[in-house]
Amino acid sequence: MAETDTDPDAAKASQDEISAEMREIHDVYRRSRDDGGPEETSARMNFPPYRSSLLRSPTKSLHHTDPEEIELHSPAFGERDVRTLESDLTIQHGGEPIGERIVVTGRIVDGDGRPIRHQLVEVWQANAAGRYVHKRDQHPAPIDPNFTGVGRTITGPDGEYTFTTIKPAPYPWKNHYNAWRPAHIHFSLFGTDFTQRLITQMYFPGDPLFDLDPIYQSITDQSARDRLVAAYDHSVANHEWNTGYRWDIVLSGSSRTWFESDAASDEEH
Amino acid sequence: MSTPASPQTSADLTPTPAQTVGPFYGYALPFPDGEKLVDRSHPDAIRLHGTVYDGDGVPVPDALLEIWQADGQGRISAEHGSLIRDGYTFTGWGRTPVDNVGRFRFTTVDPGPTEEGRAPFILLTVFARGLLDRLFTRIYLPEDTGALAADPLLSSLPEERRRTLIAAREEDGDLRFDVHLQGAEETVFLQYPNTPQVTGPVTG
Ligand SMILES: [Fe+2]
Repeated sequence: MAETDTDPDAAKASQDEISAEMREIHDVYRRSRDDGGPEETSARMNFPPYRSSLLRSPTKSLHHTDPEEIELHSPAFGERDVRTLESDLTIQHGGEPIGERIVVTGRIVDGDGRPIRHQLVEVWQANAAGRYVHKRDQHPAPIDPNFTGVGRTITGPDGEYTFTTIKPAPYPWKNHYNAWRPAHIHFSLFGTDFTQRLITQMYFPGDPLFDLDPIYQSITDQSARDRLVAAYDHSVANHEWNTGYRWDIVLSGSSRTWFESDAASDEEH
Repeated sequence: MSTPASPQTSADLTPTPAQTVGPFYGYALPFPDGEKLVDRSHPDAIRLHGTVYDGDGVPVPDALLEIWQADGQGRISAEHGSLIRDGYTFTGWGRTPVDNVGRFRFTTVDPGPTEEGRAPFILLTVFARGLLDRLFTRIYLPEDTGALAADPLLSSLPEERRRTLIAAREEDGDLRFDVHLQGAEETVFLQYPNTPQVTGPVTG
């Protein structure tokens, strides 16, 4: 194989070359699984088809560490931090944004199924034309003056969250020639332990760009990839107003020792 | 809006995978005074600063850092108000993007030990374009050499790796801590039980 270019914006490789690299990594992973190798439930940090990972991923093993007290706690957020209206991305300006109005809702639990209650969720996304309101986004698609694409909410007592927004479009990037990201919403999440901190992306079912995208495919395991895809849920749709998607999120397990009273005091936040 | 009926979701409790923060978080995640855990006028205020480098030693201009720490007495805050800084409440959490030459700066206080005799540290989380999952590390204060020598994490590391986790105290009281995502001086990044992370191929 030719020397891999580490310039993430070189856009040199073709989609076929990137796809072949991804297929090779996935084949090796599948064979390793068949031989009883470990399951990979998250994205690989060192994933060469995603060119900008080449110089930014650790080359040494992560060091196994037992959490100390501060790592067993997380910052707390509440109504002081987030206004109720921030969960509706369609009402932040004078007019209605262009695009398909959707509601995205779901529950956030930890690895033991415990709801993540009263915790911060942040989202950001491109508009219905695939354009971010960000100075570094040079994609010549229209900015929507009625859509910023940033939302926040605090989860409810059962770990539930809901955003009203516009369905984002795919957008081009420079990882390789003619590279396009599948449509996605970025999510930022906190748990009860800081070690549960997660930033990820939610995708839409049936996106034809899934197989071509080195960020999505950096998750080598198909069932793990599926966990980032929301389900269309008609019970979330509202008559003559919006369609709807459901996406449940599981954070890693808490390492705290939990008592009945913790749940009670949590309610009071 | 009507409340949707909750369909029975599967009992799959495998953690949801991470994805990179990407290049476009800049208008979404940073917020005013996110880097100020205390006001600069606080009598114990220090600056915690450094640079994030990639594997070629080139500064990374699009990383986002978060710190989480105890207060000067080793107390862990449960106060709301991190996103709306009032200048009085210590919430223990801060967030800042690096600037276009990879530099970051927090205004905070030295954390106290959360348990008697333990080495105090600030927890640091790194997000970046090109980084598919977040990285955790600890910024230890350099002073309590006895506690540092007894620290379970530090004492499990060879000297040249251990060094990457201890901040330098500068003459004016500030703390300097650089992050090397990769390379000879690569920072020790941490993995906790229950928190799956996948590095991909590693050399050491
Ligand atoms: Fe994006």
